[in-house]
Amino acid sequence: MTEPLRIVGDGRDLPDGRVPDGLADKDLIELFRWLVLLRTFDERAVALQRQGRIGTYALYWGEEATQAGALYACDESDWVFPSYRQNAIGILRGVPASTVLAWWRGYGGRQGFWNPRDHRVGPICVPIATHLPHAVGVAWAAKIRKDPVASLAWFGDGATSEGDFHEGMNFASVFKTATVFFCVNNQWAISTPLSKQMATATIAEKAVAYGMPGVRIDGFDPLACYQATREALDRGRNGGGPTLIEAYCYRIGAHGTADDPRLYRDEAEIEKWKPLEPVSRFGGYLRRQGILDDAAEEQMRAEAKDTIAEAVKEMEAIEQPGLEILFDPVYASGRPWMFEEGLAELESVERAEAVKPIGPPTSSGAGEEGKTI
Amino acid sequence: MKANMVEALNRGLHEAMEADDRVVVLGEDVAKTGGVFRVTAGLQDRFGEERVVDTPLAEAGIIGTAIGMAVYGLLPVTEMQFDAFTYPGFEQIVVHAARYAWRSKGELPASIVVRIPYGGGVRMPELHSDSPEALFAHVPGLKVVCPSIPEDARTMILAAIEDPDPVIFMEPKKVYRASRVEIPDDPPFPLGNGYGVYNEYLSKARVAREGRNLAIISYGATVPICLQAAERLSSERGVESTVLDLRSLFPLDVEAIERVARSCGRALVVHEAPRSGGLGAEVSSLIHERCMLDLEAPVGRVAGFDVPFPQFANEDDYLPSVDRVLLGATRVLDF
Repeated sequence: MTEPLRIVGDGRDLPDGRVPDGLADKDLIELFRWLVLLRTFDERAVALQRQGRIGTYALYWGEEATQAGALYACDESDWVFPSYRQNAIGILRGVPASTVLAWWRGYGGRQGFWNPRDHRVGPICVPIATHLPHAVGVAWAAKIRKDPVASLAWFGDGATSEGDFHEGMNFASVFKTATVFFCVNNQWAISTPLSKQMATATIAEKAVAYGMPGVRIDGFDPLACYQATREALDRGRNGGGPTLIEAYCYRIGAHGTADDPRLYRDEAEIEKWKPLEPVSRFGGYLRRQGILDDAAEEQMRAEAKDTIAEAVKEMEAIEQPGLEILFDPVYASGRPWMFEEGLAELESVERAEAVKPIGPPTSSGAGEEGKTI
Repeated sequence: MKANMVEALNRGLHEAMEADDRVVVLGEDVAKTGGVFRVTAGLQDRFGEERVVDTPLAEAGIIGTAIGMAVYGLLPVTEMQFDAFTYPGFEQIVVHAARYAWRSKGELPASIVVRIPYGGGVRMPELHSDSPEALFAHVPGLKVVCPSIPEDARTMILAAIEDPDPVIFMEPKKVYRASRVEIPDDPPFPLGNGYGVYNEYLSKARVAREGRNLAIISYGATVPICLQAAERLSSERGVESTVLDLRSLFPLDVEAIERVARSCGRALVVHEAPRSGGLGAEVSSLIHERCMLDLEAPVGRVAGFDVPFPQFANEDDYLPSVDRVLLGATRVLDF
């Protein structure tokens, strides 16, 4: 098994590699800022769920490098397609953080969704691996239109068992689309470990079956994520077709706030991986490079905290949408006749209790008490 | 010009691709051979390999990549080679195509057309003769349409491509080559003018025959069966029937359904898909809810049976025949 590509050391056993070409000091600082912002969002969202201010939330604590590193390698015109694990990636492309939080609070319409074309960020994809063919379609369409636009989709190790993973990979390689298949191998699909998910030693080797390069990198390393993605995008844009990236890491948190990993895995294993998590590790790397100090990091964290606090305020200021929200965005061409009947029916009865904003969690919600980090 | 349904669809696809270079055609064997039914014949020669594509054999891949293309700004028309081959792509249709508008504030619908040659009567092996339209009519966010004559086939494929929402386009393969009839030389509406100009072709039923005693409501390959039954009812019993060709299965043209049911006072719904939970149940229910006091008899149904479509040696036992439509009509008339 090849050793994953690693650039950022841990200040102890793992040596530091050199900064990838094309990244100036200010890029490194900006990338760190992205990591901090994603981390801040994630920790705040977990707290909001605990307080009953949003619904069930899928956390990504520890996977920030796979998101920020890969996105930093993309051009502004490239499209990215997140799964629910990358739910907040849009905030790095101009999607308001309050919109993402509102999605988790159960809002739809203009409160909880965005127009993917505005940000080149696909919607939060819930059904596993089904967004991979969309990423392929986008890059394929760009190729037909002669636009130098590439696409990237994130997915987990479990997603590689789905048919859409294989169909997406196959279409991309047959039509040589500039698509990066970015697999975040955190070794767990809820309670199912990697060994029960597949019989191959690595995920990267699955690329061989599709005639595309497969690259294995340290998923806790933002610079490895950046470099592998950048190389894949460059190759794709130059007609070299798609790439499969396996970002090897570990799911330090639970699958979601309703999940209790104590039921299926040894928590001691987490302690082995946690020191490798990307935010403190990249912070250390930047200090060794002499471009970050405690004061600068503190300021960055304070700014991120303010940004997310503001987003929480905006989310909580959203009023319960009216009844029209059920019907209006369903067809771009307008309401079919039975929608008017539905609206009339709802307007003629008292509004249901269940649609009022969610309250604090009840003590009977056993699953919701699960440990997360 | 004269055209059968295959030629009319082919003509419509040529016109759509000529009018708008965002239109692309994807499917299994659609390019070099022109599709197993030749609906896409000649398109690749005319519009090139980038816009008319033979894909790998993977329906979720075809529909999924088409959704991505639509999101980017193209207008993909996909072909499912046969009805039951759509099932591997079902998830992409239900969880993504139908929901992209809803998921994007109504601003970015998945503007794709999924063409499905469907139904029996052409002596095919297992799983080449299904009628899955009710599965799609039950999924919010889709439009489901089905022409029964060449002129409508050409008009409706053009309208489906122009419509911003995803359209499931059911093509009754039994009548693909049933008759060559006159269709207009020019497209039925100015192409590329956006929503509104063509909407009636995706939401309005067609009166195929007028009569005052019985409303026979159908779509697709059973429309000609209903017309034959109507002739016999006229000559043998002096009963005059209206035959309503639904054309749009979602949304249903409730005004037309109500109008013909009310004016005749008796109605029969005919389709070849299994009866339980089929379109006939929906049409019947609408009529009972809206026209109860105008009805002389409960609405009848003649449909396929709630069984797998049989091996073709017995397909004529399964498919609604003129005699079965007459039997159903007699029950409604003699109630």
